[in-house]
Amino acid sequence: MAALSSPLRVCRGILKELRAIHGPSYKQSLAYSYVMDQFRKNKVTGERYCRAQQEAHHASHTYLCLLASTRNHLVLHNLYHGKGERSPEEVASLVGLRLPTQPGGKGWEK
Amino acid sequence: MFRSLVKLQSHFGNALSLSKVYPRSQHSLFALKYSTAAAAERKRFYQDVSISQGEGGLYEINLDRRKLKTPGGKLFTVPNEALAIAVATEWDAQQDTLKFYTMHLTTLCNTALDNPTQRNKDQMISAALKFLETDTVCYRVDEPHALVELQKNEWDPVLHWIENRYNVTIGSSSSILGPEIPEATKETFRQHLNSYNFWSLTGLEYVITQLKSVVLAMGMIDRHLSVEQAVLLSRLEEEYQIRRWGNVEWAHDYDMYELRARTAAGALFVHLSSESSTVKRKLMQD
Repeated sequence: MAALSSPLRVCRGILKELRAIHGPSYKQSLAYSYVMDQFRKNKVTGERYCRAQQEAHHASHTYLCLLASTRNHLVLHNLYHGKGERSPEEVASLVGLRLPTQPGGKGWEK
Repeated sequence: MFRSLVKLQSHFGNALSLSKVYPRSQHSLFALKYSTAAAAERKRFYQDVSISQGEGGLYEINLDRRKLKTPGGKLFTVPNEALAIAVATEWDAQQDTLKFYTMHLTTLCNTALDNPTQRNKDQMISAALKFLETDTVCYRVDEPHALVELQKNEWDPVLHWIENRYNVTIGSSSSILGPEIPEATKETFRQHLNSYNFWSLTGLEYVITQLKSVVLAMGMIDRHLSVEQAVLLSRLEEEYQIRRWGNVEWAHDYDMYELRARTAAGALFVHLSSESSTVKRKLMQD
């Protein structure tokens, strides 16, 4: 139940997400240096079952899940729920009508 | 039914946490607060996001030259560097407009710093343990048979694990009242939750509220389950219905990603707030 994908895949996933956030200059971001630092620090361990390594692995997996799911959630939100209301002109043009124009402006408009 | 209520509450929470903009002072340390207009969207007003270490070893976030503040007006300080970097990344990830509903870690930090509902640890622990009586994992159905099997195969191992780990008894039941949780179980969990500090407890209660289950939340925090697994188990019946009747992307996937994002943020918040790390170099011995 606790089998996670390998640290290499998690690392590459996080880098992919950072690239999606920052663009080409993702290597200068704070998160990049911190993440790479942590991966390098936890790579080599003397114990057979190193708890710190397991904890770091789980934390990296959690962070990857956070970045990926916020990105996907935002994409879905913009795709399905982001449009908002139509303006009165668009609503009128749906049925083929146009809004009337009044050259002097309506009475209450400045 | 609970989930839509919680979502409604969190939307209001976001709107209510914004307070007025004061346009006059131009002090370089002055940080803009958010505006209340629900229709107007805040544009991204900064180019760079960086972190700095202030007094007491607490980290602060800088947007261009200005320090970030919480909605309550306090300076936004974070106990450790990793959390500060993660929050800075959240702010940096905003494109043209600021979308606060994607900044889960920032929201959690603001809640922990401001404590807008003025709660202390005991109240939070009681609120968290209330979920134990109506824990998702303990509520079973009687039919359809495939769902009963699925619940037994997926949820029973987690129940056994937590019963062994904490030496408690939590049954599962298919009656409408739910399982009877003995006092000793609640006491054990209460003591365990009391060992977390205030920040971790904020995160933990958030995770429990999102997953609607104390068992799954503890399983994830103790690193027995991953975030995706915990979310899957929390939504087990929905996943069963999706497999039976089909997936609706704009509802099912949307909810799943949102739940994953919030749960992951909560878990990361708890882990980062409750641990401290030191580096000890060992010399190679040959």
